[in-house]
Amino acid sequence: MKNEKTVITGAGIMIGLIAAALVFFGNPVNMGFCIACFLRDTSGALGLHSAAAVQYIRPEIIGLVLGSCILALVNKEFKPRGGSAPVTRFILGVFVMIGCLMFLGCPFRMILRIAGGDLNAIFGLVGFVLGILAGVFFLKRGYTLKRSYKMPKAEGGLFPALEIVFLVLLVAAPAFIHFTEPEGGPGAKHAAILISLAAGLIVGALAQKTRLCMVGGIRDAVLFGEYKLLIGFAAILVSALVGNLILTAATGTPYFTLGMAGQPVAHTDGLWNALGMLLAGFGCVLLGGCPLRQLVLAGEGNTDSAIAIFGLMVGAAFAHNFGLASSGEGPTANGKIAVIIGIVVVAVIAVLNSRKSEA
Amino acid sequence: MKTIDARGLSCPEPVIMTKNALASKEAAYEVLVDNVTAKENVTRFATHQGYQVKAEEKGDEYLLHLKK
Repeated sequence: MKNEKTVITGAGIMIGLIAAALVFFGNPVNMGFCIACFLRDTSGALGLHSAAAVQYIRPEIIGLVLGSCILALVNKEFKPRGGSAPVTRFILGVFVMIGCLMFLGCPFRMILRIAGGDLNAIFGLVGFVLGILAGVFFLKRGYTLKRSYKMPKAEGGLFPALEIVFLVLLVAAPAFIHFTEPEGGPGAKHAAILISLAAGLIVGALAQKTRLCMVGGIRDAVLFGEYKLLIGFAAILVSALVGNLILTAATGTPYFTLGMAGQPVAHTDGLWNALGMLLAGFGCVLLGGCPLRQLVLAGEGNTDSAIAIFGLMVGAAFAHNFGLASSGEGPTANGKIAVIIGIVVVAVIAVLNSRKSEA
Repeated sequence: MKTIDARGLSCPEPVIMTKNALASKEAAYEVLVDNVTAKENVTRFATHQGYQVKAEEKGDEYLLHLKK
């Protein structure tokens, strides 16, 4: 078991460094990876929302799914399955995204924001932990979305195949795909396609191998006193921090800026940073994993996770179409209402699917 | 011997079921799972609880034998 912890520490260190490097190669600051932001950008590129500043098919997402898929195929762990409460998972995905876009980042970016000195993310972390504790409360009371079933190879392979379609659309760039204009916002800031894709492939494979999950770390520590996944979480934080400090020293450009005001793609409303991540953490525990983990599982042929990702993408479209997503100026009134509704909906889903409520 | 059927469930549920079952403190259990992550996680948990775990592969499923 010691070996397992060494492997996830090593993987976490590599992932943190890759995340820091992606910013150097062109990604927005503190956004080497952000599954929520990148799915949101992809939704925008497909025209599901029309926020011109955040439209780009992010190759990191494609790489994460395919990296996981390839390693799973090699290790004979590509096992298509699904059929466990798909509609519930879709709805959970929608609200997890709304929570993430209140905060402006998924749990992965939350770690990277802390590693970049963004103290607003500490409020996010507090909310995230509370959300996970809420999820754990229901897990202990028998919360389950019931079992999944074996699916045909073709069903499990569809989502990874869809990522290849996205890659073709990115490279071919037909007129109906929307890309943020140069200097037009975060969507215009990205590393070269091959670099982003390679980063995604490596991190996807590492995450598949180690079962890395940002939600699972805190969840398993609380539930079982099991720290393997939390070690991965911590390793990413430390190595991204070190990576940022090295880049700052080497380039003279600040990759680490300690403080709250003026942080990149972030706002300073502590309460709503916390509540956004509370919603995300709670929803992710009910989904069985963070957005990164959902991508990796979908790569292994898990169609329940694929449904959750469709939920995340549609949630992102709602977030921008209905003015729910925060901006650097702060949260919106609509966004606050949506997060409150989200917490209520997620809590109702938790209650209805906990064993005692069925008695 | 108690058998825990955690097939089709994804983590952490198989581990929670195992944990709940282990509360009866019997000397041996069997846990049936059907994905590698669940197999790994149940094995890790049971080992930490002082059980020896032997995994038997049955097609797409794993039967884990837990013994004190």
